[in-house]
Amino acid sequence: METANLIEAAVFCTYHEIEYSFISSLEEHGLVHLILVNEQRFIPNDQLQQLEKMIRLYQDLDVNIAGIEVVVNVLQRMEELQQQNLNLKNRLRLYEQC
Amino acid sequence: MAYIDYYQVLGLKKDATEKDIKSAYRKLARKYHPDLNPNDKEANKKFQEVNEANEVLSDPDKRKKYDQYGENWQHADAYEAQQQQAGGRPYSGYSGGGAGEGGFNAESFGDGGDFSDYFQSMFGNMGGGRGRQAKYRGQDYSSELHLNLRDVLEAQKQTLAVNGKNIRITIPAGVENGQTIKIAGHGGAGTNGGPAGDLLITFIIKDDLKFKRDGNNLHTTVDVDLYTAVLGGEVIAETLTGKVKVPVKAGTQNGAKVKLKGKGMPVYKKENEFGDLYLNYNVAIPTELTDKQRELFKELQQSI
Repeated sequence: METANLIEAAVFCTYHEIEYSFISSLEEHGLVHLILVNEQRFIPNDQLQQLEKMIRLYQDLDVNIAGIEVVVNVLQRMEELQQQNLNLKNRLRLYEQC
Repeated sequence: MAYIDYYQVLGLKKDATEKDIKSAYRKLARKYHPDLNPNDKEANKKFQEVNEANEVLSDPDKRKKYDQYGENWQHADAYEAQQQQAGGRPYSGYSGGGAGEGGFNAESFGDGGDFSDYFQSMFGNMGGGRGRQAKYRGQDYSSELHLNLRDVLEAQKQTLAVNGKNIRITIPAGVENGQTIKIAGHGGAGTNGGPAGDLLITFIIKDDLKFKRDGNNLHTTVDVDLYTAVLGGEVIAETLTGKVKVPVKAGTQNGAKVKLKGKGMPVYKKENEFGDLYLNYNVAIPTELTDKQRELFKELQQSI
């Protein structure tokens, strides 16, 4: 399998000074999806940003895995609501100008 | 430069213990952390203040200096020199926090990434020096890009100058007013090997005089003369890409709407997909009639 867009989990853990068990727990909670290639685990590029955010929550704010799951879900909901709010504001503009 | 009451920032009394400080900091950091408050400049600012307060109060040496001089920070250096001469313990300062010794540096937070002037006056340009190794992600930079509605009909490349660096970005067609795109890694530098922040660009799309936007659809008003509205015919309608002839059904009412499929805005990140253009017919009633025309209208009225 092509690994150009994948980061080796072990390398990622070394860089961020985290135990692999942390990534593994995130995977168990469905918060990250690792890819197995030749018995090595890789992180897809498109998940890096979200994963780094979860590491910051863990390291900077002492949030545990269950807390991270809650935060991620709430943030996702917040993002959806912000988008809805933006759409509504833009629609309102349409009527305000009439 | 104003005095900053770091105790007040963290909601503490002056006799707060280390545990109180840590707990107050954690509580506020969890509230204002940029990851938990995306695109919220106020929260980012607050987080910077909280960090700065923690940087001072959680470090025994810094806290001591702060408690000692507090509001009289202007005289801190002179006072210290005096103390030194008198044999007091010399203050080692914080500007030389060695490599790898951690803590914040002055580029981490705030506008342009600085701690407050007050902090820098008291503690120099560097924070830290206590052996902390925490990595901090750099600050997100926010910027606004003002465009006209017609500017987003097609994807276009634009070069932006951000903090002295030119960044070439592609503005996707169909981007919405208020929409923010993130350019990863182009924000402030991280601390202690932490990642750089992101550059957030919010698009402000100016209203068009002729077309109102509703998502991917556009609305415009087209005048139809009374006779065409009654008898049917055609009107010339303006679209964003040129003029088109549109048939008008006999008996068209004022305020009637007609949809021109695919003549709206391009759909964001969906090539060759477009919204629709709605024509709102405004039936123009003649206001200045000749005697002859008035007669004819009366005749018409009586015939009904």
